[in-house]
Amino acid sequence: MDALNLTEKTDWTFIEQFKKESGDNPSLCYQCGNCTAGCPYTHYFDYPVSMIMRLLQTGQKETILNSKAIWLCATCETCTTRCPCEIDVAHVMDVLRHIARRENKVAEKGVKSFYDSFLKSVKLFSRMYEVGMIMIYMLRYGYMLSAAKLGMDIGPKFLTRGKLSFFPHELMGNAEVARIFKKYRKMEKERAKK
Amino acid sequence: MAEKKYAYYSGCSQETSSKEYDISLRAVMKALDVELVEPEGWSCCGSTPAHTVNHVLAAALAARNLALVEKMNMPVLTTPCPSCLTAFKEANHRMENDSFKKDVNSLLDNPYNGTVDAKSSLQIIYEDIGLETIASKVKYVFTELKVAPYYGCIMNRPPALAKFDDPENPIAMDKILSALGLNVCDFAFKTECCGAGYGYTKKDMMKELTYKVLDMARDAGANCIAVACPVCQMNLDLNQKEINKDRGSDFNMPVIYFTQLMGLAFGCSPKELAIKKLIVNPDKLLKNRMLKSETDKGQDKEKLKASA
Repeated sequence: MDALNLTEKTDWTFIEQFKKESGDNPSLCYQCGNCTAGCPYTHYFDYPVSMIMRLLQTGQKETILNSKAIWLCATCETCTTRCPCEIDVAHVMDVLRHIARRENKVAEKGVKSFYDSFLKSVKLFSRMYEVGMIMIYMLRYGYMLSAAKLGMDIGPKFLTRGKLSFFPHELMGNAEVARIFKKYRKMEKERAKK
Repeated sequence: MAEKKYAYYSGCSQETSSKEYDISLRAVMKALDVELVEPEGWSCCGSTPAHTVNHVLAAALAARNLALVEKMNMPVLTTPCPSCLTAFKEANHRMENDSFKKDVNSLLDNPYNGTVDAKSSLQIIYEDIGLETIASKVKYVFTELKVAPYYGCIMNRPPALAKFDDPENPIAMDKILSALGLNVCDFAFKTECCGAGYGYTKKDMMKELTYKVLDMARDAGANCIAVACPVCQMNLDLNQKEINKDRGSDFNMPVIYFTQLMGLAFGCSPKELAIKKLIVNPDKLLKNRMLKSETDKGQDKEKLKASA
């Protein structure tokens, strides 16, 4: 990592925005590295979670929002459980994902599309419907190959054990659930205007 | 009338890929004289995908179900799935904040007032039913099993929300399995994440994490893994063959729901517990069982053949 001139390169607005939105206080972190030591995903992160905390303290907005790390965090809560300063580190990662989504900076598009496919299937069928979710992931987001390969891996094992449903539990999902998503979109649009 | 009664949320996975968790839990609860009442028209809790988008949306998806239970005038909702459990607990916790609660309720047709406590079915079995009752129901002891108890990452985490058992070294499942007379291994990876969340999107990463859990279970001397999470179960069970191909390992370790092990000990048939739905076949390990009365007498040589 390059040396940074913090006098010039600290984005104070970002730090304040993060604090306000999350209610977390990143300045409590004294860089002990306990979160990184326990993080099962750290070998796959471009920046270990303790470094994300440091980048956040120093307002390195672009680096954080473009990182793979915030999308590869699985919210396993090991970091939150072990932080001696009682920072909810998994919550910090979650809120960073929210901001990255809003700013259209998504370093792991497959992961985001998968989450979106899951929620679209919930909006449609009111319960998570695996076949529907995979279809959305393939067709709406274009993950044809990976989804087809997955189907071939899992399909036979699941079919022979009656673990796949060809139809959702209800063909028309619950209207109230679809309304939650509609009202949420409206709420977000109004917030963006402000 | 059943002695105890809870609102019950099986969760979406238990309708398809993890039916055997729901089936075996219901069988065990019936044997323990516990009534489970499903809220009509329940919907997905939002799980991980919702909280990665927005916390108000996530809480609304969870709270819709809690509101259904509130209408039933039931104080406790139990779910077997740790991911659903966390979604409900997070919703309850965040809705203690009035402005957050107002936002969530503005997305719902019927507001939620925050009066329903969410507890894992593991917690209900451990705390409300208790080890003594469990031990008293045991008919058979399965002598071949050496079990690694695997809780998964979020069953007891974060501790401030979970308020149950230990976040680093949980023991509830260990004690339940011991009460069944099973040989329980000392397992260091009880709460280490298995990577299941990335089974679709980052398969290599998932397989690395899954391998570590399986490897640790084998190191602990286990010949099977007991689980309490449907996503962990699917992940650990489904991918052994592929991991073996990648790494030249030879895992063939059954991954069995703790509720299935309870049911077997109580004398339920494998069919009643949907044992056949497991991918790595556990039949060989389940072949030898002994009447508990005989183990009590110390006549451990006379083994009874399983009826199945």
